[in-house]
Amino acid sequence: MRIQGFVVALMCFALTGSAAAQDVLTAYVGAKIIPIVGDEIDQGVLITKGGKIVEVRSTDDRGFADDTKVVDLTGKVLMPGLICTHSHVGGIGGGDGSGPLHPDVRIYDSLNVKSSGFRRAVAGGLTTLNIMPGSGHLLSGQTVYVKLRGGNTIEELFIRLADGGIAGGMKMANGTNSQRKPPFPGTRGKSAALVREMFIKAQEYRDKLERAGDDAEKKPDRNLGYEFLTEVLKGNRVVHHHTHRNDDIITVLRLAKEFGFRVVLHHISEGWQVADEIAAANVPCSILIIDSPGGKLEASKMAFETGAILEKAGVLTAFHTDDWITDSRIFLRMAAFGVRAGMSRQKALEAVTLSGAKILDLDQRIGSLEPNKDADFIVLDGDPFSVYTKVLQTYVEGKKVFDRSDPKDYLYAVGGFGAGHDQQPYMCCQRAEQ
Amino acid sequence: MIASFAMGLFCVSAMAQVAVRGKTVYTMEGDPITDGVVVIKDGRISAVGSADAVVIPDGFRVLDAEVVTPGLIDAHATVGLTGIMNQKQDQDQFERSKPIQPELRAIDAYNAHDPLVAWVRKFGVTTVHTGHAPGELISGQTMIVKTRGNTVEQALIKQTATIAVTLAESARKSGDKSPGSRGKMMAMLRGALVEAQNYTQKRKLADDEKKPARDLKKEMLVKVLAKEVPLLITAHRANDIANALRLAREFDIRIILDGVAEGYLLVDEIKAAGVPVIVHPAMARYFGELENASFETASILRDAGITVSLQSGYESYVPKTRVVLFEAAVCAANKMGFDGALRAITIDAARLLEIDDRVGSLAVGKDGDLALYDGDPFEYTSHCVGVVIDGQFEPGEVR
Repeated sequence: MRIQGFVVALMCFALTGSAAAQDVLTAYVGAKIIPIVGDEIDQGVLITKGGKIVEVRSTDDRGFADDTKVVDLTGKVLMPGLICTHSHVGGIGGGDGSGPLHPDVRIYDSLNVKSSGFRRAVAGGLTTLNIMPGSGHLLSGQTVYVKLRGGNTIEELFIRLADGGIAGGMKMANGTNSQRKPPFPGTRGKSAALVREMFIKAQEYRDKLERAGDDAEKKPDRNLGYEFLTEVLKGNRVVHHHTHRNDDIITVLRLAKEFGFRVVLHHISEGWQVADEIAAANVPCSILIIDSPGGKLEASKMAFETGAILEKAGVLTAFHTDDWITDSRIFLRMAAFGVRAGMSRQKALEAVTLSGAKILDLDQRIGSLEPNKDADFIVLDGDPFSVYTKVLQTYVEGKKVFDRSDPKDYLYAVGGFGAGHDQQPYMCCQRAEQ
Repeated sequence: MIASFAMGLFCVSAMAQVAVRGKTVYTMEGDPITDGVVVIKDGRISAVGSADAVVIPDGFRVLDAEVVTPGLIDAHATVGLTGIMNQKQDQDQFERSKPIQPELRAIDAYNAHDPLVAWVRKFGVTTVHTGHAPGELISGQTMIVKTRGNTVEQALIKQTATIAVTLAESARKSGDKSPGSRGKMMAMLRGALVEAQNYTQKRKLADDEKKPARDLKKEMLVKVLAKEVPLLITAHRANDIANALRLAREFDIRIILDGVAEGYLLVDEIKAAGVPVIVHPAMARYFGELENASFETASILRDAGITVSLQSGYESYVPKTRVVLFEAAVCAANKMGFDGALRAITIDAARLLEIDDRVGSLAVGKDGDLALYDGDPFEYTSHCVGVVIDGQFEPGEVR
């Protein structure tokens, strides 16, 4: 407790120190601005202060306040920092092999903030990640939403909620990844039964707590897992659910309805087959496009067109990297491929920015360039959907965290000797035999 | 004999006469042609030139596209052997019983109907060098096929293209199995080649009684020693690449370097050895022995004058195959440029694989293999609108 307080104090000091530069009014001028909310501005002005956006407008006769620092971005493209709703950067951690359900396990207890994966992520223009444990369990643990501010501890990357809590959700999975020998489930029916049993116990825990009121004697013993599940049942925490096959997707919707938890459907290789059902359930999706279908049975019907089909059905859809499955440095390619397969330009751009923010309950803070939102943005040298376009700079809360012209950053953007050192791959459920 | 007969039958029965008009036609035989035409008669290119100069014969089917390129060549894949499901029954890329099995033929393992063959075709890939994968010291043979055909014989361009050798981590065994170290890998390879030398000597003995019995494994390595078949050596770390070059020098054999994540550290050595290189997929995962990989390796090696091509490579998980067009696109954007990247997956790949008499460029007499696009093929938002293989149209991406 004492140590934790000390760390927090140190962190505050560090933030105060580095915040000085961001306290100055800064105007980024001349770039084409893609604000996501509102029309694109050919020659725009973005003004920031104290890590927040003050104003977004077109270039005109209005000058700037005397103490404004002006940054010329003529010929460049400026858009919100990218948001990845499903990443494994920094390590995979999560539950272990002792059982299929780990609501008490926090991913942030196992993240290596020094991992070069974070450096590659900012090189790709990512500013916010939902870092998740894997899909080898029915419930592999709690996820954490982070800002890629850079830092010595994972605490420096946390996003704080209004009540001081740490933003994050809960990772679940069904289908084949979580099927193993007992105590893991061996079938889909057993998978659902184990999850239902867990939620029923969590409901009882929640009800006991409510009935006890302020009477300490009547309160159940504190239980870390049920404590978090109670937050899930109350809708304060979102379930991020790995699911691929059409019937597995429907099972998730069925369980979400039974227990009333909020859910985001992730991956959904066969989601295009049940787009209307997903839309009717008013459940958002977090998807990815991989270079070919297959690699495992439940991904053999993956389609480039999923984003377009979900858009047509009116489903809120974000893209994710699933890094290591795809490389954070080329995240914009995913949105471009969405367009290739029929998504609108606007919805594809939203799918790597604002839609992700909505899915993470962070759209009041990030996802678009609007006054009072965080100054998270990227500078590109061309259209976001062109293969030839490079991310030149990445800013988080007004602070530059990536600059392609800096050789140290360039190494992570492109690769080369010394670019990798500490990473362990995560490719869920890849058997040693393969 | 049987193979060529079957192929002949196939071509005759499916013959169509077709002409392709492109606003820009990249022939890879000189400057691109604006408003170009390629005429394909009986499966082969009979005319290439500008629309003003080339007459399309009556009755020919005419296809139109913004951009026309030679059919793309994936210089190293495992498609057709590594099936889409990734279940035991559709994975034939290596056989785990022994680390050295050059006798395994790719033609015996290829499924022409695996959906991933059609998958890569729909993005413009018409020729693949595929076969046994990196993952055993000598995993088997590779071959070259077109991405259409009902059987492997109908698809075949070259039955034995290379013998696949791995000097990378994936060949290392654990516990008491060999090879468990780099030294042992090299000792086993050298030992196998020496055995093949001995076998050659003994087979030359006049007395039939003393001749050793036919040995499929040694027969293949004899072909390597005779420079009839090159070794395709997958190596990523600089020290593994150096080992591959040392092996080639000692036995005076032909090799193709594959992967070479740290190849930029040994540019002079690779160039001096005169060895061509098939660089790892640009988007291969950067960990383990690829932790120092770079988007720019292909351009660095090519700029040094080394023959370079690109590949979809081998994937054990998701995605089960990469698409060489997408890998080349990343190289194009990372210093290789449009022309360099397109060359690497057309004419340079054909020369590297020694099939440039048939494919890799649009020239009279070559196979009628084309890829058609609605824009810059490397742009993420462009589409392949179809391919032509031996004069036969196959659809591209459905829009």
